Amino acid sequence: MAKMQDKVMIRLRDVDKCYGTNKVVKSLNLDIREGEFLTLLGPSGCGKTTTLRMIAGFEEVTEGQIFLEGENVEDKKPNQRDVNTVFQNYALFPHMNVEDNIAFGLVEKKVKKPEIKRRVGEMLKMVQLEGMEKRLPAQMSGGQKQRVAIARALINRPKVLLLDEPLGALDLKLRKQMQFELKHLQKKLGITFIYVTHDQEEALTMSDRIAVMNQGILEQIGAPEEIYNRPATKFVADFIGETNIFEAYVEEVMDGRIGISLEAGTAAVKAAGFHKEEMVYICVRPENLKISAEPVIDFNIRGKVKEHVFIGSVNKTIVELVNGQELKITTQPDVELLSMGSEVNLFWNEGKGILLHTKEEQIYNLIENTVKIEGGGDD
Amino acid sequence: MIKKLGKKLPTIVMIGPTFFWLILFVLIPLCYVIGISFLTKNAYGGVDGILSLQSYKDLFQSEYLKIFTGSLWLSLQTTILCLIIGYPFAYLIAKAPANRKKYMVLMIMLPFWINSIIRIYGWNTLLRTEGVINHLLIALGIISKPLEMLYTDGAVLLGMVYDLLPFTILPLYTSIEKIDTSLLEAARDLGATKRSTFMKIILPLTMPGIFAGSIQTFIPSLGLFYISEMMGGGKTMYIGNLIKNQFLSARNWPLGAALSIILIIITLILMKLYTRVGSLEDMA
Ligand SMILES: Nc1ncnc2c1ncn2[C@@H]1O[C@H](COP(=O)(O)OP(=O)(O)OP(=O)(O)O)[C@@H](O)[C@H]1O
Ligand SMILES: [Mg+2]
Repeated sequence: MAKMQDKVMIRLRDVDKCYGTNKVVKSLNLDIREGEFLTLLGPSGCGKTTTLRMIAGFEEVTEGQIFLEGENVEDKKPNQRDVNTVFQNYALFPHMNVEDNIAFGLVEKKVKKPEIKRRVGEMLKMVQLEGMEKRLPAQMSGGQKQRVAIARALINRPKVLLLDEPLGALDLKLRKQMQFELKHLQKKLGITFIYVTHDQEEALTMSDRIAVMNQGILEQIGAPEEIYNRPATKFVADFIGETNIFEAYVEEVMDGRIGISLEAGTAAVKAAGFHKEEMVYICVRPENLKISAEPVIDFNIRGKVKEHVFIGSVNKTIVELVNGQELKITTQPDVELLSMGSEVNLFWNEGKGILLHTKEEQIYNLIENTVKIEGGGDD
Repeated sequence: MIKKLGKKLPTIVMIGPTFFWLILFVLIPLCYVIGISFLTKNAYGGVDGILSLQSYKDLFQSEYLKIFTGSLWLSLQTTILCLIIGYPFAYLIAKAPANRKKYMVLMIMLPFWINSIIRIYGWNTLLRTEGVINHLLIALGIISKPLEMLYTDGAVLLGMVYDLLPFTILPLYTSIEKIDTSLLEAARDLGATKRSTFMKIILPLTMPGIFAGSIQTFIPSLGLFYISEMMGGGKTMYIGNLIKNQFLSARNWPLGAALSIILIIITLILMKLYTRVGSLEDMA
């Protein structure tokens, strides 16, 4: 993972993007470090492509600034930015063979012929397409086209490579393989990658950091483990992996602990920064939620075992709470299952339940996060 | 037997009338024209039933050859001008927002619904010595004597380009519209200037459209006769006028027929080329 004192390669400052009256990116602040693999992750329509296109220069920002290596790129056309893009549909030039496609950027820069030839050869080797120089894009498979697209962008030695769902059109197996190759390539070349996907598994396996977006807002940015284990908002908790979310009310605050009441019971958990009588969300991953036939200390949440499903490596149990909410619990196959219909007590181990403030408080949280990022980026 | 007929009946009903139509109005007249071209003319402007190759030999007279080359040259000029003028138009339409595009295409098609002789006559009133443009220029004091604009080769070319421009624009528009915008973005992204994007991506990818547009302009331009009469005053002869004259005034039907056959052959060759390019494009 990149360290805090690393140089900032791309900086987005309060970037807004409107299409007509529709604001699709809302005051986005983002620092992307040199050599980092940063993924923009979010549901369809959240503004990932738009953000990428603003960095590439295909879309103008409505408000705010974008800096590339500290320089404002507002007046720079796409062909003047040291940034290259790998398009989702590859966008290979259909009338040019592989060699000419890859060489395109260098020819435009008027690089000498022998140098171009050498570098094209290098690229072909890197993406393992030697011997396919003369093929036309129409004569290649999806995976091969993808490699050409990557080679065509990387031959220019850009400071940043932008990839918009580059593996979206590939089948699962090829996708996994390309994920691995791309990550490997990025490490080897040390080029900053900004990668767009809405596949969270892809994001978790490949990225140094993930920026989770929702409806044009940056919800959280952090390392994959951080995003997964310590989601900052309900949206992130819900979007990344599976999770059980309870709404609860803070009954009392004692030193380092709070007493909460849910629709289906009460609990006392370790928490700081919450005050009496506020509403909170509690997020517990299925693998962290436990059931027991016996009463559990600190917890009094009761439900009924509704269903067991065996899903390969784990067992999944559905528990219905007294208020009708259904919870997902996963257990290892060697854990004995409680019989269907039996009354159970729910609990989780200390630190496994994530408490989040509800809406108004989240905004406060976000501001805090932004300040932190700014502080980190400025050194 | 009856079963077989029953199976074929729908096909016969469907294409029968078209087939009949084609035989009656295309094949029979064509055979008639071919037949006449091998006969001899008589002194009364009719045709005698004597087989001969005379009319084909006549084609090689230098005056006819000159008319042929003159026509081809005019058609070539027309086609090139139509391409140069039509390309930017086609590009603008193809890149316009979807709701405006409809209307722009409609504007291009609109003249088709007005008889082209009437439209050319409109140009005639604009350009003639006593015409609108000359009046205007004199009134504005820009010129003192009316300009000779009508009945010049330039006027003929103008009329041809005007009449045939839609035939060039439509295929160009179709092929420009087919280009995926992300290709143009990719070129820009890789450092290409606007000019170089046009030369290296847009132009080569619209070659099929350029070719289709050229042929769809060139072929009809060869046969047009009223434009050279109305705009050029018939001063210069073109194939179209020549053929018309052989049938109507010189009354040398065999020669007119032979000229028509040559025109048809040129057209067929171009059509063949056109379909070849079309199928190549489908393959890509
Ligand atoms: N050219 C445009 N004009 C108007 N609205 C647009 C335009 N491009 C995108 N939008 C809107 O902006 C929003 C964000 O679009 P964007 O393409 O950035 O989403 P995305 O996160 O990339 O989604 P996906 O995962 O589906 O690709 C969407 O609501 C979309 O409808
Ligand atoms: Mg997108």
